Amino acid sequence: MPQTVFAKIWDAHLVTKRSDGRDIIYVDRHIMHDLHAPIAMQKIVDAGRTVLRPHLTWSSQDHSVSIQPDRDVTAREGSPFNQKVRVLAQKFGIRVFDIGDSEQGISHVIGPELGMVLPGSTYACPDSHACTVGGVGAMAFACGTTELEHVLATQSIAMLRPKTMRVNLTGKLKPGVSAKDVIMRVIAQLGADGARGYVVEYAGPVAEALEIEGRLTLCNMSIEWGARSGLVAPDEKTFAWLKGRPYAPTGAEWDAALADWRQFKTDPGATFDKEHTVDCGGLDPQITWGTNPGQVIGIGDVVPDPSSVPPERRDAFNHSLEYMGLKAGQKIEGLPVDVVFIGSCNNARLSDLDEVAKIVKGKKLASGVRALIVPGSSAVKRAAEAKGYDKVFKDAGFMWGASGCSMCAGGEGIVAAKGQRVLSTTNRNFENRQGAGVRTHLVSPAMAAAAAITGKITDSRAVPTA
Amino acid sequence: MEAFISTSGTAVPLLLDDINTDQIAPADKSHGHGSDMKAMLFRRWKEGDPNFVFNRPQYQSPRILVAKDNFACGSSRESAVWCMAANGIRVVVARSIADIFKENCLRNGLLAIELPLDKAVLFEEQVTKTDGAQPFAVDLPSQTITCPDGTKIAFEIREAEKIALLEGLDDIGITLKHKADIEAFEAKIKKTKPWLQKAEAHQ
Ligand code: SF4
Repeated sequence: MPQTVFAKIWDAHLVTKRSDGRDIIYVDRHIMHDLHAPIAMQKIVDAGRTVLRPHLTWSSQDHSVSIQPDRDVTAREGSPFNQKVRVLAQKFGIRVFDIGDSEQGISHVIGPELGMVLPGSTYACPDSHACTVGGVGAMAFACGTTELEHVLATQSIAMLRPKTMRVNLTGKLKPGVSAKDVIMRVIAQLGADGARGYVVEYAGPVAEALEIEGRLTLCNMSIEWGARSGLVAPDEKTFAWLKGRPYAPTGAEWDAALADWRQFKTDPGATFDKEHTVDCGGLDPQITWGTNPGQVIGIGDVVPDPSSVPPERRDAFNHSLEYMGLKAGQKIEGLPVDVVFIGSCNNARLSDLDEVAKIVKGKKLASGVRALIVPGSSAVKRAAEAKGYDKVFKDAGFMWGASGCSMCAGGEGIVAAKGQRVLSTTNRNFENRQGAGVRTHLVSPAMAAAAAITGKITDSRAVPTA
Repeated sequence: MEAFISTSGTAVPLLLDDINTDQIAPADKSHGHGSDMKAMLFRRWKEGDPNFVFNRPQYQSPRILVAKDNFACGSSRESAVWCMAANGIRVVVARSIADIFKENCLRNGLLAIELPLDKAVLFEEQVTKTDGAQPFAVDLPSQTITCPDGTKIAFEIREAEKIALLEGLDDIGITLKHKADIEAFEAKIKKTKPWLQKAEAHQ
């Protein structure tokens, strides 16, 4: 019977079925982070349990680390969370990607980058953006703290088999339009809860044409429309991207892995519980205008009118408008911008910084704009510096930080001020996420860079590049 | 895990769509996991709006939280459940609820009920009309919500989850009963896909 890539991964990891109907699915790779790891590890200690497979478990210091450029010297101790992670991880023999470690970074960024999360494998992380790793054809499971404790104790998750959805991304992207724009359009079209209960496979010519880093960006926002997980079937591009990465298999094992990975395709004729098509051919750079990730328009569009939603949704719609300081019918382009944040597990890989550097090189920040670039991992930081980007960014007036989540969720303390408009390459435009009363607009790296230079919301394609 | 059998108390209406877990449990540098879970619940809304429903006198000890579509979307933070529990909330009723939050509820002995539209509308009307003056009862064995005027609303729940809640089952313990299966699975993978069972940097 023809099968979906999801079914192949699920079946390949099925340990057994529990009597309550949940499948025990084996977890190949498990990366925790500083906010949840200490609580779950402490609970394991308190319950007198142990970590079943510490050699398949890691913890990254990302959410609460300082991103000050000199933190490896001055803030090495880190936050109280960072300190607790260290103590407990050592107890269990779990490797920590710590401050100052060359492999430190945001968990979802380093998993693929290190060649640790592999095609057709399973990945667990106590974080809703675990789905990022679907970009290399892995199946991610996001969970809370008690579930995390379950993963630690059993190296598995116990889940009901989710439903499947395929989103066919058709057309050909115009120049200057990126994976970020695609996923924002998908959510706008299919709804901020359109994928609740489903594992989504992104397919079609646009998904195939995306580079791996773009696919990571695409899958990262699966949770923003409620998906249990999201992935792109791995292909030769995926394998080439993974080859030679530090934790990827080598030699004869690489060849065997490759033969295995090639089966993780959805067979022709396989059926999904739901299927959608999103045409991306006419897509312009996208931007959120509101406070949920489905409230998206093209850069040339006007802020929509409350009458565009059903009557029972109008109150929330008006509230979004008010929070964002916008009026229906107003043009989004040209609005003044206070802060620009380029970072996060969504858009802080080297290819994202390439886009930023192209736009920023030889220019200066618009006066009054505060701008911050935080690489997704320490490896991205080194690679960017090897290309001279630190100088490009600093010359333009950006702050160039050390790797972490930083202003994505404000966990380390850098936030914007009430009423400020932030152009952010992150994945969540929720109220107050980047500071109380802060107005976040989600955009691609190019759009964020363009706004930093012009001081207003600008079509990135109109800014001359170096 | 704490068992859930039945509860009775105030139902607090928060009749909005897309309430996210950042809103339920606002975390920032000074309000992390170590902080007061009771105070964390809807902290920003409580601070920002004196008329916010949780600031009103009749909603100081709620048992049931009522919302509309896509409740508790976004971050997987379990503090969203913990800070509800810290305020005495044992039941969430909504038109639809995000997957991760539902799992987190189940692991903490909270009952998350999704009602189909017709029943949801009926229940929301009852809750709005009552405005905290009288208690609602939720009974898991009979799968019913009883409104102050006697109206009964039946709800659905998977049998396995019902048992887990009624008995307060230890989820990790259940999986650990299958430890031999897990080890057998690993032994098989070591032979067929050895690269998955080791993960060391080789450079
Ligand atoms: S970068 Fe943002 S979305 Fe990603 S893991 Fe960190 S806080 Fe979460």
